[in-house]
Amino acid sequence: MAEQRPADERPTGEDVPRPSVRVRLAGIARGLAVPVLAIFSALVIGAFVIVLSDVTFFERLSADPGGALGTAIGGVLEAYGALFRGALGSPTGYAEAFASGDPAQITKAFVPISETLLAATPLIFTGLAVALGFQCGLFNIGAEGQLYVGAMFGTFAGFAFAGLPWFIHLPLAIGAGFLGGALWGFVPGLLKARTGAHEVIVTIMLNYTAYRLIEYILKVPGYQREGRNDPISKVALESSWFPPLIEGLRANWGFVLGLVAALAVSWLLFRSTRGFEFRAVGFNPSGARAAGMSIAVSTILAMTISGGLAGLAGTSIVLGVTHSLTSGISAGFGFDGIAIALMAGSRPRGIVLASLLFGALRAGATPMQSITGVPIDLVVVIQALVIMFVAAPALVRELYRIRVPETTGLETFAKGWRV
Amino acid sequence: MRLELRGITKRFPGVIANRDINLVVEPGEIHALLGENGAGKTTLMNVLFGLYKPDEGEILIDGKSVSFHDPGDAIAAGIGMVHQHFMLVPVFTVTENVMLGVESVRGPLGQQLDRPAARRRIIEISEAHNLRVDPDARVEDLPVGVRQRVEIIKTLYRRSDLLVLDEPTSVLTPQEDEELFEIMRSLKASGTSIVFITHKLNEAMGIADRITVLRAGRVIGTTTPEEASLEKLAEMMVGRRVSLVVEKKPAKPGATVLEVDDLVVRDDRGHVTVDGLDLQVRAGEIVAIAGVQGNGQTELVEAITGLRQPVGGTIRIQGKPVRHAPRAVLEAGVAHVPEDRLEDGCVPAFTIAENLVLNTYYRKPFANGPQLDRDAIEREATRLVQDFDIRTPSAFNPVSNLSGGNQQKVIVAREFSRPVHLLVAAQPTRGLDVGSIEYIHRRIVGKRDEGAAVLVVSTELDEVFALADRLAVMYQGKIVDVLDPAQATTQQVGLLMGGSRPVGIVEAEAAGGLTHVVTSGG
Repeated sequence: MAEQRPADERPTGEDVPRPSVRVRLAGIARGLAVPVLAIFSALVIGAFVIVLSDVTFFERLSADPGGALGTAIGGVLEAYGALFRGALGSPTGYAEAFASGDPAQITKAFVPISETLLAATPLIFTGLAVALGFQCGLFNIGAEGQLYVGAMFGTFAGFAFAGLPWFIHLPLAIGAGFLGGALWGFVPGLLKARTGAHEVIVTIMLNYTAYRLIEYILKVPGYQREGRNDPISKVALESSWFPPLIEGLRANWGFVLGLVAALAVSWLLFRSTRGFEFRAVGFNPSGARAAGMSIAVSTILAMTISGGLAGLAGTSIVLGVTHSLTSGISAGFGFDGIAIALMAGSRPRGIVLASLLFGALRAGATPMQSITGVPIDLVVVIQALVIMFVAAPALVRELYRIRVPETTGLETFAKGWRV
Repeated sequence: MRLELRGITKRFPGVIANRDINLVVEPGEIHALLGENGAGKTTLMNVLFGLYKPDEGEILIDGKSVSFHDPGDAIAAGIGMVHQHFMLVPVFTVTENVMLGVESVRGPLGQQLDRPAARRRIIEISEAHNLRVDPDARVEDLPVGVRQRVEIIKTLYRRSDLLVLDEPTSVLTPQEDEELFEIMRSLKASGTSIVFITHKLNEAMGIADRITVLRAGRVIGTTTPEEASLEKLAEMMVGRRVSLVVEKKPAKPGATVLEVDDLVVRDDRGHVTVDGLDLQVRAGEIVAIAGVQGNGQTELVEAITGLRQPVGGTIRIQGKPVRHAPRAVLEAGVAHVPEDRLEDGCVPAFTIAENLVLNTYYRKPFANGPQLDRDAIEREATRLVQDFDIRTPSAFNPVSNLSGGNQQKVIVAREFSRPVHLLVAAQPTRGLDVGSIEYIHRRIVGKRDEGAAVLVVSTELDEVFALADRLAVMYQGKIVDVLDPAQATTQQVGLLMGGSRPVGIVEAEAAGGLTHVVTSGG
C-alpha cells in the first residue's frame, strides 16, 4: 500500500502550512456529514416502521391506494412533528407565549427544550467517560456501575451534611459523586495495569457488583429513608441540589457542569501532557513505552477519571432530578454512553452534540406517544438505527455517494474498537 | 510466457501512481523492477495481478490482450505473485496452505480433501527447484525464509509460469538471500519468467537479466547488469547523483560513554540471548555490531535503552549505572532509533509534529507545567521537517501516511535533534531506499562528529562496513570479535557471523583473552 502514498511526490520542504480555516471548515463539514446523514436515514426507516406497524394502512391500501399513502405520509409527519415539538417546542407556542407577555406562560413554552437538556445531561457524562477510555485504548463498559456508585456517594453527601451553605454543599456532593465513580473505575484500571485482567470483563462484573451494592445500601438503616420499606434513600438536602437554570423548569446547572466537563476532558486529552500520554498509549502502547511513558500509570489514571465522569452522571440525576437514590435512576445511561462516544468519534464536542440529539429523542418521545399514539419504542428504534449507520460509515457513504479522500479500506477492520 | 505491459496508467486521488508504463518480460527471464519506495512498483504489479484496474493501457500475454478482473483471472492466466506480506494461514500445514483454493478432492461425491495427492506434488515441486520444506509442518512454526518458499510453491502448484516476487529479500538474512537466488536461477532454467521487485541495487545487478528502473511512477529506462553500474542505477532511481560510500574522516575517540560488562539478558521466552557480553563505546566513534538476526542484538539494544530488564551484568553510561527504564535512559542522554520503527519508534496515528516530541513532550519548551505548548511544538516541527527533509505536505499529517523512508526520517529527526552522549541505532536503514540510506548514514556520521558515542546494530554487512570505526561481530549472545573495518574483509566477518573463527583470533584469545582484543580494536 505504501506505494500509492502521495506524500512523497509533493516535495515541500520550504513551508509547512498549518491547515487553513477553509480546510478546517471542510474537515468539520466532512466530519458532520456522516452523523447528519445517519440521522436522516434513521428517520426515513423510522417512517417506514410507523407506516407498516399501522394495521389499518394495509386495509386501506387495497381499497384506496392513493388515499392510504396520503394518510400514511400525514401520519408520519404528525408523529415526527409531535416528536420535534416535544423536544424543541413549537414555533406557535413560543409566539403565543411571548405575545401574552405572561412570564409563567413563556417559561412553559420552554419546557420541551428544558426536558431535552435534562435528558442530555447524564448522557454527556457517560459519553465523556467512555470516550476518555477509548482514547487511552480502554473499553469501559462499566459506566453504568460507576454511575450508580457515584450516585450512591453523591446522595450520601447530599443528605448527611446538614447546615452547609449551597456553595459548599453542592461542590462537596459533586466531588463525592466523582470519587465514587472514580473508585469503581480505579479497580479495573489497577487490575489491568498490574495483572493484565481485561477491563471489559472486569467492568462488566463490576456493573453487577454495583447493582447489588445499591440494593444493599438502600436497605441499610441510616441510608434508607425512615418509615419506608421499599429501597429508597433519604432525600438529599436542598443545599446540595443543582439549582434550575430558569425557575420553573426542570433543566438545571447539572447540564452546565456537563459542558464544563466536556471542556475539561477536551483540554485533558488534547492540550495536556497527560492526555498526550493517554492517546499515545491508546494508539500504540509499545511506542509509548519506548518513548518513556508509563502504560500502567496511563491505564490506571484514565480508568479512574473515566469512572469519575460516569459517577458525575449519577450525581447529576440525583442532585438535579430525583433528589434521592433508587435502583432505577439510570435507564441505561451508561450503555448509551458507549453509543454516544462511538457516534462522536470520542471527541468531546461531538459527545455534547450527540447527547443533545439523544436527549431530544427521549424528551420528544412521550408527547409523541400521547398525541399520536406512536409508541415511545419508536425512538429506541431510531436511536439504534442512528448508531448502526454511524458505526458503518462506509454504508452511509455508499448510500449517499460521498467521496472519501485517501482511504485504504483496510484500516476500518484493523483498528478493533478504537474509533 | 511473454508478458507485455503497454501504456499502463493508474491514478489514485491526488496522485498518479503509474504513468504510461511499458514493460516486456521475455520467457525465462529474470526481470528486476528497481525503484525507491513510492516509485509505483507494487502498484504496477497489483495492476498486473488484477487487484487494481488500470485507467489506461493494456496487458498482453503471448501477444494477446487480456484483462483481469481479480487475482483469480491472473492466476488462471499463469501469473503467480509472492507478496511482501505473506498470505498464509498460520495454523494450517504447508500442504493445506498450498492447496487452499485449488483443493484436490477424492471420494465418490468429491467431498474429501486429497491431501496425499497434494503432498506428492509439493514434494515434486520442491525437489525440482531445491525448495526445501516439510509439507507437514505447520506454517506458524516455520521461519520467514521457509514461509517464503511455501509462497513460491503455492504459485508453482497453480502452474504459474510468470512469478512476481515483491521485495522478497526484505525479510531474509544474507544467507537466505543466496538460497532464494539459487531457487530463482533454477526456476529460470525451467523456463519460468520472474519479475523481481527490489530497491536494492546489488541484488538487481547480481541476479537480473534485465533491469527496469521506475521513478515517480514512470519508467526511467531498461538496462542490463552488463551495461549498468551501481552508480548509474542509483542515479536513475533517485534522479540525482548519489554517493554510495559514506564519506567520513577518521574517528577521534574520546572518553568511554557506554560500558557494558558481563551482560546477561533473556528474551520473551526466557532464553538467554545475551550471554555475558562486554562492550565499550567511546565518544566520537561509531561501533557497528554485525550479526545474523536473532543472535541477541535485539535484546542487547533493548537492555541498553531500558526496554528490557537484564538478568545480570552492568550497563554504565558516562560511568554511572542507569535505572532500566526508557525515560531514565533517555534523561541520561541516550537517543534510540529502534529496530521496529512502527512498533517502538513512533505512534503512527499521531501527527508528525506529535511524533517529533514523543519523548520530550513533558519538558520545557514543549510543556508548561501540565499543559502542552502547541506553538512551541509547532515551531519545532516546522524546523525539523525542514532540517531533516521530511517530505510531507504538512507537519500535521499522520506519520502512517508517510513512506517508510520519511517515517524513519521523523524518528531520526526526533532522536538526532537533541544533544545526546550516546546514540543507539538498530537497523537504521532497513527497508529504505538508496536516497534515504545515504541521508541517514550521513546523519549518523554527523552525530559522531559532534562527539556522540554511536552504537549501530545492523544485519546488512554493507552498512556495517560503511559506518563502523570499530566493527564488532555478535554471535550467540557474545561479541566474538572486534575488527578494524579498514582491514577486515567481508568474508572474514561473514565467517565470524556464522560462528566459525579464523585461526589468528583463537590464538589471540589464548594469549590475552578477548577483552584484550576488544580494547585494542579501537
